[in-house]
Amino acid sequence: MFKILKYSFYDLARSRWSYIYFLFYLILALVLLFLNNDLSKAVITLMNVIIILVPLIGTIFGVMYYYNSREFTELLLAQPIKRSSIFLGQYLGIALSLSFSLLFGIGIPFVIYGLFNSGAIWDFSLLLLTGVFLTFIFVAIAFTISLNNENKIKGFGYAVLMWLFLAVIYDGIFLMSLVIFEDYPLDKLSLLGTMLNPIDLSRTLILLKLDISALLGYTGAVFKQFFGRQLGLFTSIFVLCLWTVIPVLRILYKARSKDF
Amino acid sequence: MIEVVGLCKQFNRNVVLSDLNLHIAEQGIFAILGPNGSGKTTLIKSILSMVIPDKGSIRVAGMDVKKSSDYRKQIDYLPQIANFPSNLKVKELIRMIKDLRGKTEKDQQLIEQFGLQPYLDAKLGNLSGGTKQKVNILLTFMFDSPILILDEPSTGLDPLALIQLKELILQEKQKGKTILITSHIMSFVEEMTDEIVFLLEGNIHFKGDIQTLKKDTGQSDLEHAIAALLEKNHV
Repeated sequence: MFKILKYSFYDLARSRWSYIYFLFYLILALVLLFLNNDLSKAVITLMNVIIILVPLIGTIFGVMYYYNSREFTELLLAQPIKRSSIFLGQYLGIALSLSFSLLFGIGIPFVIYGLFNSGAIWDFSLLLLTGVFLTFIFVAIAFTISLNNENKIKGFGYAVLMWLFLAVIYDGIFLMSLVIFEDYPLDKLSLLGTMLNPIDLSRTLILLKLDISALLGYTGAVFKQFFGRQLGLFTSIFVLCLWTVIPVLRILYKARSKDF
Repeated sequence: MIEVVGLCKQFNRNVVLSDLNLHIAEQGIFAILGPNGSGKTTLIKSILSMVIPDKGSIRVAGMDVKKSSDYRKQIDYLPQIANFPSNLKVKELIRMIKDLRGKTEKDQQLIEQFGLQPYLDAKLGNLSGGTKQKVNILLTFMFDSPILILDEPSTGLDPLALIQLKELILQEKQKGKTILITSHIMSFVEEMTDEIVFLLEGNIHFKGDIQTLKKDTGQSDLEHAIAALLEKNHV
């Protein structure tokens, strides 16, 4: 598996897009940190960008990589390598290379800014942690979708729809349901609703940490009320882990029975 | 070496292989023939576990193919369509496959034989079809596994390369390997193979040497003998 991971990683590390992605974060973080006086505002803006952009890029990279490397995959399948190693290796290769772009792109400006001397280091670490989680989650979901769809266009379409649903439409439905059922106690429903969407969950997690959950309104307040700060953090991280592990298991399951 | 028992495979509703039994014990060159869509590639890919059978069992060199991937160390496979990752250079691909399968010194000799030196630094996406096929052949023949599976090996080759390929296959035969070939070019088959396995509609309709086939069908050359087999089964 590690050999496959190595080659997938090198392959992507040479790709122009990895650098564009890295430079984008680098510039974004530099601008936000040095042209902004308030560190916590900078973190929130970064969060808003990360929470939408990381899933989108993870989805698109995951789908494109899968379809583009089909021939390579077939070549590997005839070699004495386990199927699970091939797909897991490729998955980790993409997820890690995207994560590195994110970590370095945002990490370098923060180090220059003097992060290690500031109290914001934990907020910042959490931001990166959720960013990495979202990368792993969405690459895994994208891989699952592409494994299930032989047709490139269909696979791409479903993957983008999935992103659109989780990033935009879900929130809309969530909000509508809160408005429609406002006469009922909705704490548990909204809590569940947040758990079921990794993007919402990440957002809540960071806002809880920043202690400005009132800004987000309902979900944040509910989370705080239910879990208190520590427990909420651990529960969220646990659910994010589930969000990563389940699609990965699905990849392994599907890869075992697929014909090439 | 290869034992296929009761192999069934269908894609959606299309039955490709139905209860196929094949037993290849000895060494030599075996041609798997049959019309388009008769299941040749599916059979080969099942042996390699690239296609997962619905029913039946396959054993290669005594190992059940479902249990482990190690048996593929015994097989060198030449795929039908040589599609490689297009942004990789030829020499990087060779190095990578060596890294995955183990050391070999034979690649240098094959690079010279097929005149691939000028292409070593070229990206695979920029190669012509014939050159890609040469790279494909190189990757297959650079290891010394006891079983060789060649799916349409002569595709896109110029006459010189074709002669070299034939020599190469005969050399491997001398070493006592089991070689499976599929091809639509009957002269190639007639020249190269010891035995024919004829597939039709997902099953084996004939297995034996070329002389027996000619005698059975009453034809003097292989092309007509195969045509006669097809006609007999379609009436």
